[in-house]
Amino acid sequence: MEGFLATPVGQLALTVAQAMALLVPLLIGVAYLTWAERKVLAAMQMRKGPNVVGPFGLLQPFADALKMLMKETIIPAGASRVLFILAPMITFMLAMLAWAVIPVNDGWAIADINVGILYLFAISSLGVYGIIIAGWASNSKYAFLGALRSAAQMVSYEVSMGFVIVTVLMCVGSLNLSEIVRAQENLWFIVPLFPMFVIMFISALAETNRAPFDLPEGESELVAGFFVEYSSMSFALFFLGEYANMILMSALITILFLGGWYGPFGLFPALGPLWFAFKICLCLFVFIWVRATFPRYRYDQLMRLGWKVFLPFSLVWLVITAAALKLFGWLPA
Amino acid sequence: MIAAAAFYLFAAVLIASAVMVVTSRNPVHSVLFLILGFFNAAALFLIAGAEFLAMILVIVYVGAVAVLFLFVVMMLDVDFAQLREGFQRYAPVGGVIGAILLLELVLIFGTWQFAADAEGLRLAPMPEGVENTRALARVLYTDHVWLFQIAGLILLVAMIGAIVLTLRGKTTTKRQDIGRQIARSGSVQLRQVPLGAGLGQIGIERPPVEPPAGEKPKQVEHHGHGGHH
Repeated sequence: MEGFLATPVGQLALTVAQAMALLVPLLIGVAYLTWAERKVLAAMQMRKGPNVVGPFGLLQPFADALKMLMKETIIPAGASRVLFILAPMITFMLAMLAWAVIPVNDGWAIADINVGILYLFAISSLGVYGIIIAGWASNSKYAFLGALRSAAQMVSYEVSMGFVIVTVLMCVGSLNLSEIVRAQENLWFIVPLFPMFVIMFISALAETNRAPFDLPEGESELVAGFFVEYSSMSFALFFLGEYANMILMSALITILFLGGWYGPFGLFPALGPLWFAFKICLCLFVFIWVRATFPRYRYDQLMRLGWKVFLPFSLVWLVITAAALKLFGWLPA
Repeated sequence: MIAAAAFYLFAAVLIASAVMVVTSRNPVHSVLFLILGFFNAAALFLIAGAEFLAMILVIVYVGAVAVLFLFVVMMLDVDFAQLREGFQRYAPVGGVIGAILLLELVLIFGTWQFAADAEGLRLAPMPEGVENTRALARVLYTDHVWLFQIAGLILLVAMIGAIVLTLRGKTTTKRQDIGRQIARSGSVQLRQVPLGAGLGQIGIERPPVEPPAGEKPKQVEHHGHGGHH
C-alpha cells in the first residue's frame, strides 16, 4: 500500500479520494444550506417552512434538485451559446476549486501550499467572471445590468477585504492557511481584530451577493439580475455556486478570525473538523439572519460603504496594527 | 518529464490564446482569450517555482485589470466593418513598426550574455529554506525599497490625475451630499398609527422639502398625459 501511494498513479488516486471526501460532504452541505435557509427564514417570519417532503421537510433539497433536472434547458435565440453555457460552469467550478487549500483540521488540507491565502483570494476574485459572462452572453438588458452591478460591487469590496487579510497576515507572518490557524491557538483573532472581523463579514456578504447587498439579482428592479435567462441545470449550477461560495466565505472567516479547528479555550482538541464545521454553520446562520433582518441597500449606499467607509477604515486599522506590532515587539519571527 | 510536458502544454495554450486575442472578431472574446493567456502565464510561473508571482498575476491582472477591460469592451459600441476598413492602408505602417521592434529585440538578445553562475541560480533561485514570498519581499523592501516606493508614488499620481481629469470643470454635475441627506430632520419618522387611518386623518404631514439655494423649482406643465380624453 505504501509503495503504491508513492507512485504517480497512487498519488493521483489519493488526491481524487481526498477531493471526494471533501466535496461530497460539501455538496450535501450546500443542499442542506438551502433547506436550512428556508427553515430559518420561516422561523424568523413565524411560518413553518418546507415540511411536506420527508420528516421536517428534510428531503426537500433532493426534490428540488430532481425538479431542476427535469426542466428544459432554454438558450435564448440571441445568446452567445458557448459563453452562455460556460458561465454557470465557471461559477460552480470556482466555488469547488477554492476548497483545495482549506485546512479542515491540523494537516487535513488537500494542498497545504505556502501561498494558500493568496490562492483563496485569487479564486474568490475570479468569481465575478461567471456573473459578468452570464450577463453578457444572455443578450438581455436585465441580465447585463445585473452583471455590471455585480462586477462593480465585487471589485469594490475586494479591496477592503484585501486589507483585512493583510492585517491578519501581519499578525501571523505567513501566507499558509494552516499557519494562520495555528497562530490562533491561544487567542482567536476575532478578539484583538474585532473591527476587521466586522468588515470582513460585511464584505463577505457583498462578495457573495447576499442580502442586504443582493442588488445584482434585485428582483424588484432587475427581475432576477444576471441569471434571468437561465433555467434548469444551468440555473441550478448558479444556485449551487452561490451557496457553495457562502460556505467558502464562512470557512475563510473561520480560518482568519475564529480559530479554525480549535475549540474555544482549547476544549476537545480531538474534535477539530467538527469545531470547524460548527463555526461555519454559525457564520452561515448569521448570513441567513441578516437576510431576514435588513432591507436591501440602495446602490449609491453600497458603493459609499465600500469605498468611503470600509476602505479608509481598514487602511487606518492596518497602519495601527502594524504600529502596535512593531511598538510592542509582537511581530512574528 | 511531467514538468516539461506541462510547460509545453501551458506555453502552447498561452501562444494560441495570444494569437486569438489579436485575430478574434469579437472584442469580448478577445478579452476572454487574454484572460486565458494570463492564466497560462500564471501556470508557467508556478512551474518555475514562483508561486507568489503566479498568484499575484491572477489576483491583479485577472481579478481586477481584466474585469475593467471586459467592462469597457462590453459597453463599447464597436463597429467591426469600420475597424477593418483602413486595414490595407495602415498595414505597411504596422509592418514597419513591427519590423523595427523585431530588429531591436534581435539586437538586444544577440548581445545577451549569461552570467557564469546563471544556470546554478536558475535551478535554485532562493536560498535554502526561504519561501518564495519572503525572498521576494527581502529584495524589494531592503535592497530596492526606494525604487519600490517611487513606483508606488507614480501609480498614485496617475490615479489622482485620472480622477482630476474626470471631475474637471463640471459645475453642472448633480452631486449627492450624504451628510445633508442624513442630517435632514424629520425625513424618517416612526409613529404608532391606528389601523385603517390615512396619513391626513392622523395629522402626519410630509416633511417640507427646501428647494436648493439659488434656483426655483420649475413648474412642469401638464399636457394631458394619462388625462381624460
